[in-house]
Amino acid sequence: MSRLKLFIPVGVFLVLALLLWRGLYLDPRTLPSVLIDKPLPEFELPTVEHADRLISKADLPKEPFLLNVWGSYCLPCLQENPILKAAAEKDVLPIIGINYKDKINLALMWMDDNGSPFEFSVMDADGRLGIDLGVYGAPETFVIDGNGVIRYKHIGVIDYQSWQEEIMPAIEAVKAESLN
Amino acid sequence: MTTPAAMTNSRRGAIGSVRILLQLATLVLLCLTANAWSAIDTFEFENDEQQHRFRTLSNEFRCPMCQNTSLTGSGGGVAEDLRREIYLMIVDGKTDEEIKQFMLERYGDFIFYKPRLMTETLLLWFGPLLFLLLGGWIVLGVIKRARPQEQQAVVLDDADQERLRKLLAGVDRLNRIDSPDEQDKSDNR
Repeated sequence: MSRLKLFIPVGVFLVLALLLWRGLYLDPRTLPSVLIDKPLPEFELPTVEHADRLISKADLPKEPFLLNVWGSYCLPCLQENPILKAAAEKDVLPIIGINYKDKINLALMWMDDNGSPFEFSVMDADGRLGIDLGVYGAPETFVIDGNGVIRYKHIGVIDYQSWQEEIMPAIEAVKAESLN
Repeated sequence: MTTPAAMTNSRRGAIGSVRILLQLATLVLLCLTANAWSAIDTFEFENDEQQHRFRTLSNEFRCPMCQNTSLTGSGGGVAEDLRREIYLMIVDGKTDEEIKQFMLERYGDFIFYKPRLMTETLLLWFGPLLFLLLGGWIVLGVIKRARPQEQQAVVLDDADQERLRKLLAGVDRLNRIDSPDEQDKSDNR
């Protein structure tokens, strides 16, 4: 018995090492969203394309769509732009932008320079809609189902890997559901 | 001898350099406080109590973007927006509980610096107590073991007694060799 006791420190070490090992592979920047499976918040905001007309939740697509939070100041947004444009060109699903805490002229210039994957972009100049969506910085991307419910959230830049392995499966799941 | 005109000139020069020194000192101080100033907003409160609540709340929430700073200390865009929301809700007459609920609904438990007490956070809350108890238990064990055991009369049989006598005799001999006067004797020999 007392001989077994000698192994207690080794046991403690192993448990601790295992926990810390796991901790190495957790990304502290990716916060779990509490808004999954919650309906989109209500809003009434202009779009970058039509600054003089307010749109609301009712004007969003009635089919599954992608909601992408972006800004002209945001480098990762530029990085993921080709992937989103390709998806828009292939008619994978409609992509709506949320122009987050940006200036309208800069946003228009950005779309001019880089091309836009968005059907339109809701202009959230003061970040109020962003707060309701639990956004903490562009880019963030939501998969919304046909009923306007948030089904998936991707934080940070979308690269080909995350598009293939995370976002596309989420889109397909939501689409398959809306067909039934 | 300096003329009165020259004296005023030199005094003016002295005052000028003092002023420059003061300006430099102010500049240095400003640079030092720049960090503290970065997160000051111009909110107008109706009373001190509201302002106090605003400060307390902004300190209790964690900035989701610049993790490990509170909303008060963060210069991040979203922190600025959240401080504004807190301000608006306070002025709007919302209670602290309602404001916390607002944050929780949007940003989840992460937003609280002080985690709420629930099953998932039990270990977080009471882990230290657990370790303290464990440590106390170990220390008690060590102390108990270190305490001298109660002496019991040792009963020796004849053979043991003989061995002991021999051993003691050996120690005695050794002692005699080690002692200095014993060595002196051997030197004389």
